[in-house]
Amino acid sequence: MARIIAGVSSSHVPAIGAAIDNKQTEEPYWKRVFSGFEKSKEWMAQAKPDVVILIYNDHASAFSVEMVPTFALGCAAEFPPADEGWGPRPVPVVKGHPQLAAHIAQSVILDEFDITVVNKMEVDHGLTVPMNLLFGSPKEWPCPVIPVAVNVVLYPPPTGHRCFMLGRAIRKAVESYPEDLRVVVFGTGGMSHQISGPRAGLINSKFDKAFLDNLTKDPKKLTRIQHLEYMREAGAEGIEMVMWLVMRGALEDKVDEVYRFYTVPASNTAVGHIILEPHRRAAKKAAGKAKKPAGKMKRAAARAKSAVRRSR
Amino acid sequence: MAREQHDYDDIPGTYVFDQDRSRQGFGINMFCMSLMKDENRKAFKANEAEYLKKFNLTPEQADAILKRDYNRMLELGGNIYFTAKLGATDGHSFRHLAAVMTGSSQDDYANMMLAGGRSVEGNRSKSGKVAKPAKAAKKPAKAKAKAKTRSKSRSKRG
Repeated sequence: MARIIAGVSSSHVPAIGAAIDNKQTEEPYWKRVFSGFEKSKEWMAQAKPDVVILIYNDHASAFSVEMVPTFALGCAAEFPPADEGWGPRPVPVVKGHPQLAAHIAQSVILDEFDITVVNKMEVDHGLTVPMNLLFGSPKEWPCPVIPVAVNVVLYPPPTGHRCFMLGRAIRKAVESYPEDLRVVVFGTGGMSHQISGPRAGLINSKFDKAFLDNLTKDPKKLTRIQHLEYMREAGAEGIEMVMWLVMRGALEDKVDEVYRFYTVPASNTAVGHIILEPHRRAAKKAAGKAKKPAGKMKRAAARAKSAVRRSR
Repeated sequence: MAREQHDYDDIPGTYVFDQDRSRQGFGINMFCMSLMKDENRKAFKANEAEYLKKFNLTPEQADAILKRDYNRMLELGGNIYFTAKLGATDGHSFRHLAAVMTGSSQDDYANMMLAGGRSVEGNRSKSGKVAKPAKAAKKPAKAKAKAKTRSKSRSKRG
């Protein structure tokens, strides 16, 4: 059975990609940003996922205003980097996982998520920048990626709650896939930023930090944030943060926060990053009490079981 | 018909790219999209007004594009990810566009970002009705409950 071993969220600022491509990562301005991802790369090297499901948004690259799918699932065998006006980024072609993607499409649509199936698509910085941040700049990406594009450009994007529930549906789909695969789900975009109009440059660290706190401890609360509040508090483009809730929905209710990083700014944006793993305490408790009398052990096991049940 | 009013119109300095603007601004955004191709960039640069005729723009929209009035383009249905392609065609960095839209110099804009960005305080609402964040933006419920017992020591420190 495939299972989701972790969730990762990260901003996908295009200037971060440009800094990598122009080899400016050692400059003090950029070093401040990249140093926050050193531990994450180590964590990723340990985690060694077999597949990444990456939630992101397209920025007028693959989708113009001609067609705007609210949720689009990348089912192709590969996704070339898009030319965003400066030539395609010099990053490897993203290999898909068509078989798992097809399984997810089949599952989530019957779960009432009318997702758009995309069999040909280029991917822009929204997808490739987080890949760089977590995997560095290898010649080939170490694992296949299933892109899930969410419309956050044309208002209204899907609600935070809908995004969270899509995450749930994705988890159900993954867990019903017969092959043993270790899957990491990425939520990308954000955090607070506005790049349009006279209010451009808006940053709200208070909002961002509360968002990170709640992402770990009380994600349901985040699902109640209305679009108006995202735009007012976190900037017109800060509404991208709904995509983090797809990632969170794909995890169990209780999670352990493994790592967090936050810095302002990267060009116009507050950079946020978090790594969450399924909560471990129940399993550890049960294991620690293995030598105790049988009665206690049974109770511990029951507790662990109900914890698992609760989290479903 | 006048534009339908929405709750988010109360956010200052912000043109939300909504369904109505998308409908209106289809031509602007398709024009910007066409600039992804080098041959089109050259044709546009050779004769801007002539090139724009292909996109079914209103006179106001064409005027905003020719004048590089980025805020007006947004107001008339352009979207920033699209209009940024026009900026790139002109050889401008995004910082240039941000400076134009915010009415500041590029240096002032960059310094504002380095200092932590534009504060949300005083920038939430045109009407002044919303001066504070809504509840959901605050700390997690559990942390809040704990904070109650801690509040005394905190206020001393403060």
